[in-house]
Amino acid sequence: MRDFIIPQYPPGAEPHDDRDMGTPAKQGAPVTLTVDGFAITVPEGTSVMRAAAEAGIMVPKLCASDNMEAFGSCRLCVVEIEGRRGTPASCTTPVTEGMVVHTQSDKLRRMRRGVMELYISDHPLDCLTCAANGDCELQDMAGAVGLRDVRYKAPEDRPLLNHFAQRDGAGVNAHYLPKDESNPYFTFDPAKCIVCSRCVRACEEVQGTFALTIEGRGFDSRVKAGAIGDDFLTSDCVSCGACVQACPTATLQEKSVIELGTPERSVITTCAYCGVGCSFKAELNGDQLVRMVPYKHGKANRGHSCVKGRFAYGYAQHKDRILKPMIRDTIDQPWREVEWAEAMAFAAAKLRGIQERYGRKSVGVITSSRCTNEETYLVQKLTRAVFGNNNTDTCARVCHSPTGYGLGKTYGTSAGTQDFDSVEQADVVMIIGANPTDGHPVFASRLKKRLRQGARLIVVDPRRTDIVRSAHVEATHHLPLKPGTNVAVVTAMAHVIVTEGLFDQDFIRTRCDWDEFQFYADFVSDPRHSPEAVEMLTGVPAADLRAAARLYATGGNGAIYYGLGVTEHSQGSTTVIGIANLAMLTGNIGRVGVGVNPLRGQNNVQGACDMGSFPHELPGYRHVKLPDVRAIFEQAWGCTIDPEPGLRIPNMLDAAVEGTFKGLYCQGEDILQSDPDTHHVAAGLAAMECVIVHDLFLNETANYAHVFLPGSTFLEKDGTFTNAERRINRVRKVMAPRNGYEDWEITQLLANALLKETGGAAWHYTHPRQIMEEIAATTPSFAGVTYEVLEEKGSVQWPCNETVPDGTPLMHVDGFVSGKGHFMVTEYVATDERTGPRFPLLMTTGRILSQYNVGAQTRRTENVVWHPEDVLEINPHDAEQRGIKDGDWVRLASRAGETTLRAILTDRVAAGVVYTTFHHPATQANVVTTDFSDWATNCPEYKVTAVQVSLSNGPSDWQERYGEQAERSRRILTAAE
Amino acid sequence: MQVHAPAPTEEEIRGVVMPLASLEGPLLPMLHALQDAWGYVPQEAVPVLADILNLGRAEVHGVISFYHDFRDHPAGRHVLKLCRAEACQSMGGHALAESTLQRLGIGWHGTTPNGAVTVEPVYCLGLCACAPAAMVDGRVVGRVDDARMDRILSEVGA
Repeated sequence: MRDFIIPQYPPGAEPHDDRDMGTPAKQGAPVTLTVDGFAITVPEGTSVMRAAAEAGIMVPKLCASDNMEAFGSCRLCVVEIEGRRGTPASCTTPVTEGMVVHTQSDKLRRMRRGVMELYISDHPLDCLTCAANGDCELQDMAGAVGLRDVRYKAPEDRPLLNHFAQRDGAGVNAHYLPKDESNPYFTFDPAKCIVCSRCVRACEEVQGTFALTIEGRGFDSRVKAGAIGDDFLTSDCVSCGACVQACPTATLQEKSVIELGTPERSVITTCAYCGVGCSFKAELNGDQLVRMVPYKHGKANRGHSCVKGRFAYGYAQHKDRILKPMIRDTIDQPWREVEWAEAMAFAAAKLRGIQERYGRKSVGVITSSRCTNEETYLVQKLTRAVFGNNNTDTCARVCHSPTGYGLGKTYGTSAGTQDFDSVEQADVVMIIGANPTDGHPVFASRLKKRLRQGARLIVVDPRRTDIVRSAHVEATHHLPLKPGTNVAVVTAMAHVIVTEGLFDQDFIRTRCDWDEFQFYADFVSDPRHSPEAVEMLTGVPAADLRAAARLYATGGNGAIYYGLGVTEHSQGSTTVIGIANLAMLTGNIGRVGVGVNPLRGQNNVQGACDMGSFPHELPGYRHVKLPDVRAIFEQAWGCTIDPEPGLRIPNMLDAAVEGTFKGLYCQGEDILQSDPDTHHVAAGLAAMECVIVHDLFLNETANYAHVFLPGSTFLEKDGTFTNAERRINRVRKVMAPRNGYEDWEITQLLANALLKETGGAAWHYTHPRQIMEEIAATTPSFAGVTYEVLEEKGSVQWPCNETVPDGTPLMHVDGFVSGKGHFMVTEYVATDERTGPRFPLLMTTGRILSQYNVGAQTRRTENVVWHPEDVLEINPHDAEQRGIKDGDWVRLASRAGETTLRAILTDRVAAGVVYTTFHHPATQANVVTTDFSDWATNCPEYKVTAVQVSLSNGPSDWQERYGEQAERSRRILTAAE
Repeated sequence: MQVHAPAPTEEEIRGVVMPLASLEGPLLPMLHALQDAWGYVPQEAVPVLADILNLGRAEVHGVISFYHDFRDHPAGRHVLKLCRAEACQSMGGHALAESTLQRLGIGWHGTTPNGAVTVEPVYCLGLCACAPAAMVDGRVVGRVDDARMDRILSEVGA
């Protein structure tokens, strides 16, 4: 509980200094003062407390913490300042030039003891049995001020008024409140609370949820979650853990610490959930993980966390986890547990047999966006160097492949342009098709903080997400477009910017291709692209769209953040290009506070793309057809690389159904549940002769597998993840793999089993650092990345090489990677997926805070208390027409398939639009989604499906249909066991 | 007999507070308006106010609970406030309060069984020169002795 944010390292401080400096760092002119005889120079605006801390002098404190503004309530941090009367609080007193501060004197000691006596007079003295024993700031401060006695004793006739005794002699103590254990991960024990307000302020300032308050006043002041009748679970609390982190006592305490004891060692590593890539300290006793604590020096999260990374790690120990390899000849057989050697020999023989019978290109791999860079690199190397083809793809195919294409074509590189810190200097933030408070919560907290400081927000989303309006945050413009009309909206914004002359001519002349701009300007100026002309199509009022475009173009630093609501469309790539155009038009690229930023879904989806997971690209986004690029890898790997691009995931499945693709090694991805049109995926998998699933759990895809290789969790391996800001973060092994091997070792075992069949030279990696050395040697943007550099700097953002040894926080500063920026025309073409009489509603899918992707991990944690099942959001207007009431069980059908689930009535979605999540296999929302995809990259059109919703006869009817469906699929393909 | 009107609807709450939405710092005026309308701040108003002002529900609760003047349930038909501050205490305010409560058979914040009067403590009415002081439905009364209290109580029908 002592690790808090330092936004910038103070000059001279050690980079891994975990001390709480008391108040946030400031920027300003240098000011020199003397603290206890030591001269110290700090920026103007710094508090006396922080200045003292930087001189190595820790002033006693309870209510201050360096991730929130000073509050001045505990009165423990009083100091004496020469020439000033009284004893000011050092946390709220800013430094001045020449100030002479004394932190110790008899008077100060007496005062601090007096304050501590008051605190302790209303605090239970049960330190030895307290969960925070040894990790308690109240205990530390009692020691620091030399508390030896508490003079406040109960009078003879009645007990001392207090909050901690359940009974007070006369009867029940009316001031005692019982422990609130409603949150699955932490407890709130008001008896131990000193009402320092740190939790309330953390909830407000750090997380931005405003779920906590101090109720009452004076002696009756209590920390309270929500309003009357609420507990932590029913309040607005999102369980981010900021309050638990801030609490100086055991009042807010992780249940895991209560159960397992105080951790004695810690390892700094990187979260394996979303693409924010938060740094955590895994705190352990031996190999028992006690808790995950956000690391204050993590450059992506700056000491903050969300419910998933902070608490939802229990899946690693879940009973469902498979720890032994398993094989079977056909998928109707039961699995058989075998030793690793047998599994590998079995898999290798099958794959080689398939290649002999059906040709070299009849097998392929799917790399994982959840595994490390090193592991992904090995899997694509396996297909290129051992299988001898380029049949490698990754789940980025189904999420951000259009980002790769669109940003590659316009800017010359396939990644976000900024670091997350950049948002702190944005003036106008435009969010398109992203739901950061659910999908990327730690980034959302940083964004909300900036919005509370006055930055303005534009949200382009069919749904009224939380960021559109929630406590203290409100979008200036919300453009609730009809799903599938992104291109029309983005082009109309460009129309406004061009026709109203709001573009940045200087930027375009110097940085972009002027002829292309003129062509583009002519295109967007066409009246058919005006907001008025597309209003009917997009559903966005023209005046709103014009106002939003003007704001983005003229409101100062304009930053765009976008998500899968942009990419997962038949025109996903076109929208990405349109977004890139907007940023170039307005000159919002190449400096802090601006940029174009894809919010990447999975922890290492950026890395998976960087590492050559795509069938047409070798690591570093270099096309396989380029002989000089192939030569680099051919030399490194001692093989010949096929110059022809391989198959994408949908092509693999199509080829499997046609009978030409027969073997698949799928690492850490559940394509049956996550990919669209489940029926087609199942048919493709069932047609294969050898499916190898390498995962933690028997996922849905494993129902069609012949070999199951148990994987290791992020806690059990070394490596690196690359987050959405291109930041390469270290993943460190905190415990031995329970399955026996780290995932890169398993891929190496498979490669060597295959190489043994053909007599090839075996791989000999003994540590992931050797793999990173190979990546650095072959890939220019990673040339400067080594484990030593990562240890030294904590993390680096690629490109990192001789020219930029410290990495690249901001891209395209002096020029685009491609030289000139390229404007490209963005013609709107409606998707073939249309509503009609049979399917009159548009369904769009997304996710929610507590669950992650297919839910394989989060469904196996306590997070299910927040989201036990997928539900369908439907507008009350549409529901009324269909006789649907809140909570009714409904049938959701499209031309691809149907499922049933519970309906929730909400005006978050507009009439004509319904929304659901895909976290639960019981629902399998992707039974409903179609096989339409992005024209350039095949990224599936998850976000637009024409559907019909009707009342269902309840679960029993659904069970029946599900049974039939399972039976149907069993006829062509059989489920496991 | 305790009189309990049905809890106000969201529309009624909005009707009372929305005219104040354009004020600077509108939360306290809204809470006063609610208490003026219903004699208390209904719990149902908390999420509505949070929504209108874009605050957390907890924040609204924090403000309401900070001010003792805001009630979370209806008071009696009349409200009698007795000053508990130093000047009034020195002039027998304590004894007056004790005897009044005893006569009515209620405690602080209590309401008489017939719903006629609720007695509340208040800290200084600014009427120290005429201590002990009281306030009946917003009207201050000075130099309250037992006789004057009799008259007050019979006036409010206690």
